[in-house]
Amino acid sequence: MTQKTVLNETHRRLGARMVDFGGWDMPLHYGSQIEEHHAVRRDCGMFDVSHMCAVDIAGADAKAFLLRLIANNVDKLKEPGKALYSAMLNESGGVVDDLIVYFVADGQYRMVINAGTAEKDLAWMAARLADWQLDVAVVARRDLAIIALQGPNAKARVWQVRPDARAATEALKPFYSVSVGDCFIATTGYTGETGFEITLPASQAETFWQQLLDAGVAPIGLGARDTLRLEAGMNLYGQDMDESVSPLDAGLAWTVDLDSPRDFVGKPALLAQPQQKQFLGLVLLDKGVLRAHQKVVTAQGDGEITSGSFSPSLQQSVALARLPLATAIGDTVQVDIRGKLLAAKVVKPCFVRNGKALV
Amino acid sequence: MNIPANLKYTKSHEWVRVESDGTVTVGITDHAQELLGDLVFVELPDIGKTLAAEQEAAIVESVKAASDVYAPIAGTVIEVNGAVPDAPESVNQDAYAAWLFKLKPANAADVDALLDAAAYAACADE
Repeated sequence: MTQKTVLNETHRRLGARMVDFGGWDMPLHYGSQIEEHHAVRRDCGMFDVSHMCAVDIAGADAKAFLLRLIANNVDKLKEPGKALYSAMLNESGGVVDDLIVYFVADGQYRMVINAGTAEKDLAWMAARLADWQLDVAVVARRDLAIIALQGPNAKARVWQVRPDARAATEALKPFYSVSVGDCFIATTGYTGETGFEITLPASQAETFWQQLLDAGVAPIGLGARDTLRLEAGMNLYGQDMDESVSPLDAGLAWTVDLDSPRDFVGKPALLAQPQQKQFLGLVLLDKGVLRAHQKVVTAQGDGEITSGSFSPSLQQSVALARLPLATAIGDTVQVDIRGKLLAAKVVKPCFVRNGKALV
Repeated sequence: MNIPANLKYTKSHEWVRVESDGTVTVGITDHAQELLGDLVFVELPDIGKTLAAEQEAAIVESVKAASDVYAPIAGTVIEVNGAVPDAPESVNQDAYAAWLFKLKPANAADVDALLDAAAYAACADE
């Protein structure tokens, strides 16, 4: 049974082409995926991301639980509101999910997990909790909706609709959060642009969405969300990494804390098996489109594309790929596209940030 | 759905127009371009290539995915629309104007077996 967000009817009324995404009936685009992509890079767009699941983690042992549960170190969260991106690993060091955890207050955290993995994640957390006998409540907040606003003008549009949120969010640095009334407003996102991710009661989502539409904010589908995150060099769970992939081979070493004495699930496996591949970007020099699972031929051995598409901002095809450790940024490699070897340049895995091309 | 009555169609969403000289012009339908979304890459066959019916003839790629375009009938490629690879979005704008290739049929009667507009509408509706 396909699940629906509270905005499902709204998307259909706006003429969205709907697709199944991780068991959810979601808008792919509302007309043109490329126009939506440009709207976010040049102005502002909004995404219904209520399929993602907010999870409240509270109790005397909430911090101790998270210290053991995830690969990044929640001890880095010193100030209330601060957010942390992390992988949650299994015993063999594979990625169960990637997530953001927000430090709300002492003994109180909020986590946002992926849609397709939510049930699995919740079962995983419940099992760890039972093993560890900690005083923590893990509560999935399906009563909430999440609307992301991204783009150079995103914040101004939100303040236009919600002037009461301005004071609390104006000085908020990237990767922080704050509660304003019923809204939980975070300076996080998945596009490489500035903006907010706003979690609010599902019952208020439609009114808020409509107010934003009236203010001229373009609705953006998951299609553009994917090209935006790809240009920003952000991983997609299930594509760039999964339970069989080490975070060290998926460009996530920066999120894994192996330095502190803290023990966490998957740490022994990561220590036993260091990085095997490096996660880099590719820009196709020939005409064509890079796609996931295409083989990359390098002088140092073969690699594989994990995410690829046409970049609307750069007007050429880009990809994220797992390449041999000896391959260097600046190298020209070849990608096997339907039996033809096409030239691609190896670059840092971040193509566009804040509207500017980086490659 | 935009399905001109004067064209022939295939189940794999190509349209076919029989020209006065007996050659056929081939493109993808408006329904196909809508399913694919914004096109960003088109690869056309080489002129002179001989194709069997239902053989892969061209490739159209949208932001989302790559898709094959098949030869509706057997024939030889006599012309391609070189403007399309330079502007793949022209197929989204008008799929019936942005033709992809022209074939000299191996057997002129083969087009009679293709779908008419009503039959294609029924099949595209599924």
